[in-house]
Amino acid sequence: MVKDVVCTFCGNACDDIEFEEEYGVNLCPLGEAKFSKKDRIKAPMIDGKEVTYEEAIEKAAEILKEAKRPLLYGWSSTVNEAIRLGVIIAEKIGGIYDQCSSVCHAPTTLAMIEQGIVGGTLGQAKNRADIVVFWGCNPVEAHPRHPTRYSVMAKGFLTKGRLDRKVIVVDVRKTPTAYLATDFYVVKPNSDFAIFTALRSAINGNENAIPDEVGGLKRDEIINLAEKLEKAKYGVIFFGLGITHTRGHERNVEAVIKLVQDLNRKTRYILQPMRGHFNVVGSGEVPAWEVGFEYAIDFSRKYARFSPGEFTAVEALIRGDCDAAMIVASDPVAHFPKKAVDRLKEIPVIQIDPHPNLTTKVANVVIPTAIVGIEAEGTIYRMDGIPLRVKKIRDSKYMSDIEVMEKLLEKI
Amino acid sequence: MTIMIKNGIVVDPTQNIDGEKMDLFIKNGKLVEESEAGKVEKVIDANGMTVVPGGIDIHAHIAGPKINAGRSMRPEDLKYVRSKSNKTRCAMGKVLLTCPAIGYEYAKMGYTTAIEPATPTIYSIHTHEELDSIPIVDKAALPLFGNWHLTFKFAAEGDVEKMKAFVAWAIDKAKGYGIKIVNPGGVEAWMYGKNVHSIHELIPGFEATPAEVLTTLMKAAVELNLPHKVHVHCNNLGVPGSAETTAETIKLAEKIGKENCLHITHVQFNSYTGDSWKNIGSGAEELSKLINSSPVTVDMGQVIFGHTTTMTADGPFEFALFKLAKTKWINKDVEIETGGGIVPITYRAKSPVNAVQWATSLEFGLLVDPDKIVVSTDYPNGGPFVEYPYIISLLMSKKLRENEVKEKNVSNYIERATSLLSLDIERSFYDIVKMTRSTPAKILGLKNKGTLRIGADADIAIYPFNCNEVRDEELLKSLERTAYTIKSGEIVVKDGEIVSDIWGKTFWVKVNSEREIIEEELNDVFKYYTVSKNNYGVKEEWIRKPEVVKV
Repeated sequence: MVKDVVCTFCGNACDDIEFEEEYGVNLCPLGEAKFSKKDRIKAPMIDGKEVTYEEAIEKAAEILKEAKRPLLYGWSSTVNEAIRLGVIIAEKIGGIYDQCSSVCHAPTTLAMIEQGIVGGTLGQAKNRADIVVFWGCNPVEAHPRHPTRYSVMAKGFLTKGRLDRKVIVVDVRKTPTAYLATDFYVVKPNSDFAIFTALRSAINGNENAIPDEVGGLKRDEIINLAEKLEKAKYGVIFFGLGITHTRGHERNVEAVIKLVQDLNRKTRYILQPMRGHFNVVGSGEVPAWEVGFEYAIDFSRKYARFSPGEFTAVEALIRGDCDAAMIVASDPVAHFPKKAVDRLKEIPVIQIDPHPNLTTKVANVVIPTAIVGIEAEGTIYRMDGIPLRVKKIRDSKYMSDIEVMEKLLEKI
Repeated sequence: MTIMIKNGIVVDPTQNIDGEKMDLFIKNGKLVEESEAGKVEKVIDANGMTVVPGGIDIHAHIAGPKINAGRSMRPEDLKYVRSKSNKTRCAMGKVLLTCPAIGYEYAKMGYTTAIEPATPTIYSIHTHEELDSIPIVDKAALPLFGNWHLTFKFAAEGDVEKMKAFVAWAIDKAKGYGIKIVNPGGVEAWMYGKNVHSIHELIPGFEATPAEVLTTLMKAAVELNLPHKVHVHCNNLGVPGSAETTAETIKLAEKIGKENCLHITHVQFNSYTGDSWKNIGSGAEELSKLINSSPVTVDMGQVIFGHTTTMTADGPFEFALFKLAKTKWINKDVEIETGGGIVPITYRAKSPVNAVQWATSLEFGLLVDPDKIVVSTDYPNGGPFVEYPYIISLLMSKKLRENEVKEKNVSNYIERATSLLSLDIERSFYDIVKMTRSTPAKILGLKNKGTLRIGADADIAIYPFNCNEVRDEELLKSLERTAYTIKSGEIVVKDGEIVSDIWGKTFWVKVNSEREIIEEELNDVFKYYTVSKNNYGVKEEWIRKPEVVKV
């Protein structure tokens, strides 16, 4: 039996999975799907024809070297060691490095650049939090073991379990997470900025500034919610794409950061974004220490330039700037706007991934790799930045992402 | 490669060599006798140049989650291009440098070893990933102990044996080099929105005081014979009156009585008199006397005028700074072991408080015995480490200090609040080599560093000036870039440019100790972690070039 396996699906990165042969214990439904047998890319391919790894990597290197401004995108579902090599390749060939945050929690990064962030590890929710807030996120469906392992029911040394905690859920509809709530607030879509601002008014003693109704909540409800929040000994606010991808974007995040700053003048609070992929944090941390920025990085001038909206993958593709793309551990064809996908169809695309997906259909060079955390090891960062080493629990015939990147770097 | 350094003017306090013309021989990364060298493949003509051991930075936050969060928060700082991608990596950052930039900049100014002084053990995998991305220099990391629940428990019980086992376990998990304490108890208090204000106050939720934490950890470090004992960021950092806390902390070390049992880091930040920002003053004169007659050592924590980013495990301090500076603020509360915060700051020469900080650190540099003090900025808290040549030039010349006060328009409040302007002391270059080489090597217990003895690591800086004849005006320029930097016997810098991109070693300490006696406590504490005990920490094989020091 293999113990303490780290699940490589969502940002929870649960590290208590046990494997008896193929059967995994402690997996949630998402984790079970991840670890179950799935369709694989059978062999490396060039234009649909099966080739050797050597040939595919040679061709990939050729495409990258010939391109004027290749886009290197993805990274959130591979290990830091591969990401590091990817950043160095982007630097060497004068390309663009971008990662999945750019269509996900990038507004959180932008807000953090303006305000910082008052954070903590998930252990704080488990050990100390007597109030847990889920705002615009739905862990029951997106991070299924979050409530039991870290937040709602977790048994900590100060907060002993569910009965010691108040759970507040704020969302535009009654999500499955709302059923866990002590208090559930339905708010109007696109009103988060206004509600955060109203809450700040209440907390800072400016109740008079609050209108009769804000975002579907009555003035009294706002004041009442502010009072509840203030009563916490230690509060944690988790938030998701419900605030990063609605009207206001990074301004919403900035507002909730300021709310948490204000709350810290009264009691203790931390804020934690519910990051999606198991290593989306690493795909920002690694380039930050290598070249200074988390995403949207261009190397065409032989040094790193950071410009969200310009060097972010979607915009760079739509503008037609990129004349080649390498997609690692991601599926932009399934998730990007049509115009960006159209550009991917026009240019040479290299795909490095264990599984076939929509991006495979537009890729000229396909390099299948071992599945991280099942067939290949390496370092990943959980949603709170806690580093974990994922394990290799099965052998496979595939090269790992790290090996492919190493070979690619040699050829460049 | 076998290298001969010919006719250099050598300064090496470990051998009482002060500016003598001599030849040095390098083979297989070590300094050797001429007779052992055999065929010399490369001769460096060091005529008229000064040859010293490679510099050692005892305290610089160069790797881990803190500096990286700082980078992410401050793209405006990272925009600065130090060098483009060519044969070497591109190097970015004005104050917060990228990993390649850190290695290159140290090497260019003749530094070859740097210590990351504060890694949360649970984040040590991350810290080592960054250390592994810093080229050229040798490095090590100090894990944080001062706010760990198990530390409090064993300190409350006064159980040195269990503390020893715990220290051994944690250093092994972190692949760390020693014990770091930051504001003992204060970070735990911050989890309740508070701080501790005296070393004799009880830590919330525990029956221990900061003094007991310090004492028990010092005893453990001494009994385990760690090469570097306890490295402390004192309680009450950064506030008027902190000098008193520092004096009390020094007294705890006097009771232990063992030489080098306590290193008080960035001492400047903890040495203010007065009871408000209005009457803040320097406690450097009194504290220097105390330091010189006690077993403690210190590093300066020099403040550099201009903008920087503060970052420390001292969470409550950063919150206080956020309220004061009204800028942006990162906080991180870390499981049941530590915390941290990051706040940008600008030190202004005209500000009386910042001027006192600037002057206080220089006072320490002039008044403390050079065998007991190390040049530092507490990078990046006081400023960037690339300013060490500036600090050194001020320590070496009263005239330059006076010029600086005039040119920068430094607040005249320092005339009242510090003794700096009345100090006539000028450090000799020999003293400077102590304060940047031999003293940090001794404090860290790095026997093959900070010296040019036969058998030592061939980490060598060759500066393009004659230390016996240098004029004040030339000092800064002479020290900013080496003519040659040699690391582990390889020439890595020539005429101030990187010529070879190599990887340095990561030192860590393997402690022999009975771990079993704390097994029960460890199992108990891991109920409150969110990672399993088996997944906690770093394995040696994950590190690029580990170098074990066994004790």
